[in-house]
Amino acid sequence: MLLEVVLKTLFILMIVVGVFAPIMTWVERKQSAMMQDRIGANRADVAGITLLGLLHPAADVIKLLTKEDVVPRGANRVMHLMAPVIAAVPAIVAFAVIPYGGVYQFGDHTLSLVVADIDWGLLYLFATGSLATYGAVMAGWSSNNNWSLLGGVRNTAQMISYEVTMGLSVVGIFMVFGTLKLTDMALAQDQTFRLLGFIEVFGLGMLPPWLDWIRLPNWGIFLQPLGFLMFLTCIMAENKRPPFDLPEADSELVAGYFTEYSGMRFGLFYMSEFIEVAVISGLLTALFLGGWAVPYLSQDTIIGAIAPIFGDGLATIVCMVLHVVTFLVKVIVMVWFQMLIRWSLPRFRYDQVMDLCWKILLPLSLANVFATALVMLAVGAA
Amino acid sequence: MVPIEHVTALSAALFTIGVIGVLVRRNLIVILMSVELMLNAVNLAFVGFNRVWAGTTEQPLLDGHVFVLMVITVAAAEVAVGLGIVIALVRNRDSVNIEDVSILRW
Amino acid sequence: MTVESVLFYAFAGLSLLSALAMVGFVRNVVAGAMSLVVTMISLAGIYVLLEAHLVAVIQIMVYAGAILVLFLFVIMLLNLRSDDFGPVRPWQGVLKVVGAAVALGIFVVLLGVLPDTLPEVAELPEGFGGFRVIGVSLFTDYVVPVEVAGFLLLAAIVGAVILAKRSID
Repeated sequence: MLLEVVLKTLFILMIVVGVFAPIMTWVERKQSAMMQDRIGANRADVAGITLLGLLHPAADVIKLLTKEDVVPRGANRVMHLMAPVIAAVPAIVAFAVIPYGGVYQFGDHTLSLVVADIDWGLLYLFATGSLATYGAVMAGWSSNNNWSLLGGVRNTAQMISYEVTMGLSVVGIFMVFGTLKLTDMALAQDQTFRLLGFIEVFGLGMLPPWLDWIRLPNWGIFLQPLGFLMFLTCIMAENKRPPFDLPEADSELVAGYFTEYSGMRFGLFYMSEFIEVAVISGLLTALFLGGWAVPYLSQDTIIGAIAPIFGDGLATIVCMVLHVVTFLVKVIVMVWFQMLIRWSLPRFRYDQVMDLCWKILLPLSLANVFATALVMLAVGAA
Repeated sequence: MVPIEHVTALSAALFTIGVIGVLVRRNLIVILMSVELMLNAVNLAFVGFNRVWAGTTEQPLLDGHVFVLMVITVAAAEVAVGLGIVIALVRNRDSVNIEDVSILRW
Repeated sequence: MTVESVLFYAFAGLSLLSALAMVGFVRNVVAGAMSLVVTMISLAGIYVLLEAHLVAVIQIMVYAGAILVLFLFVIMLLNLRSDDFGPVRPWQGVLKVVGAAVALGIFVVLLGVLPDTLPEVAELPEGFGGFRVIGVSLFTDYVVPVEVAGFLLLAAIVGAVILAKRSID
């Protein structure tokens, strides 16, 4: 039992910290280079082999580890040293509740591919997310530098504001699925619904049976399109990457709250940002894009189709691998999408960020909750 | 689980620390934080008592938890107004020391 | 000692230490706020041990994630670097002893108020402390308090805006 948990934790840590974060630095460089008509990272080589610049992450790590770790004069030493760790921890622990595979039956052993299958998974994510503020706050305040301090102040205001709308924008999702448990949400998204089913539900007439074939996967993005857009906006603002990078705004604040950091401590801030991108993608996938579900092919369908060929045990394993791969593909697509946004849009002005949150997203998310409730009442799902 | 008496004793200790903070410190922000600490001590007592009495009824008894949620709401409101006062104070007096705002005590 | 009681005493010690640090030993306001964060998080841990899951999550989200961040925001906005405890008075030593005695007195009185004997912790009904049961009771038995709390929040928002605004247009 303990071994199982340890293995699951190691798997997700290996994927996210060991593979995703380093590769993402490379992808980001290549992506930005492509969008700006440059070549991008291609210099790091071992005996002339560059692997398209894939050696750059390794070179970065070596460089960061061997650099001097500077604490500026007048800084609060303890807090300055602690801040990067505090910034990295919430990002890493968030993956504990995101399911990267379904529930599988091997004989009498049930395997659920999530580290911690808790009833209030979504609330856990919000709780860890709200603690993510402290790393930046401590870094900004303890550096004894005005740019850092300004970055810290901006960071707190932005994080508090967007947490409110982020919470409200997913209320619709857990109204629709009726649970806060991320594994149950993923299970519900393994199904499909009839696109024209609302005509029957509202009593507008009966559908001919051949129209039953027009179906959509039961994904959050189809049930809550507005909620998806708002949640994407809010969570990108929480991550403090462009176009919401006001706490670190290079052209105004040098590097914002981590101006005074060097060596691996700077690297930790950098890495936690990339891990957060992966967490965001995982969360968006689990909530809105069906999680590990293969569209139109539910778990039973897959196992039923291949069980005669492979036998039950092997069919379950094949299905499991298929689900994990589907999840990873969706996460990679979302990561790439975030990078596309990051290199396409210019930075917002500070008042625009606040206006977007309090004057547009907050009323919209409240309206979304209200509309969802009305529709659910009319459909009789409540 | 430990006996609930230990939980309530912890709550009493935290409350005492909060009271001392309000009495001893002169920084308005620290005083506000001490008030928060007192509210938290009370919340802990509520949750502890709720844990004891919950097992005695058929229906889940949740009055303590609901009360804690209310206290947290009130605390949030209190902090918003309190910090508003702090900001106004710093604008007018350039200080957060409560001895600098003793104008009523002429 | 079960795992639960070890965890309880660890969290209790942590919360007491950090609360004491916030009140008595830290001159720096930001460090004080950060140690209060530690208190809040350890209290959330104790809530989980007491099966109050929703309260624990709300504690972290609202107290640690919003209220104390607001404190830090104001501290940084006003750029309060350090806080002096005021001039040292000649009878400071005597005052410290008196203060400690008063604190002990308050603690003893509080302990006297609390009931000495409580029933044993019993088995809990299904779903205790989860968001579902609390949500149901919030919107059935406690509708009026919830509405009043909402009204209070509105009043607080208006009050805070008026206080913080330089001049009313």
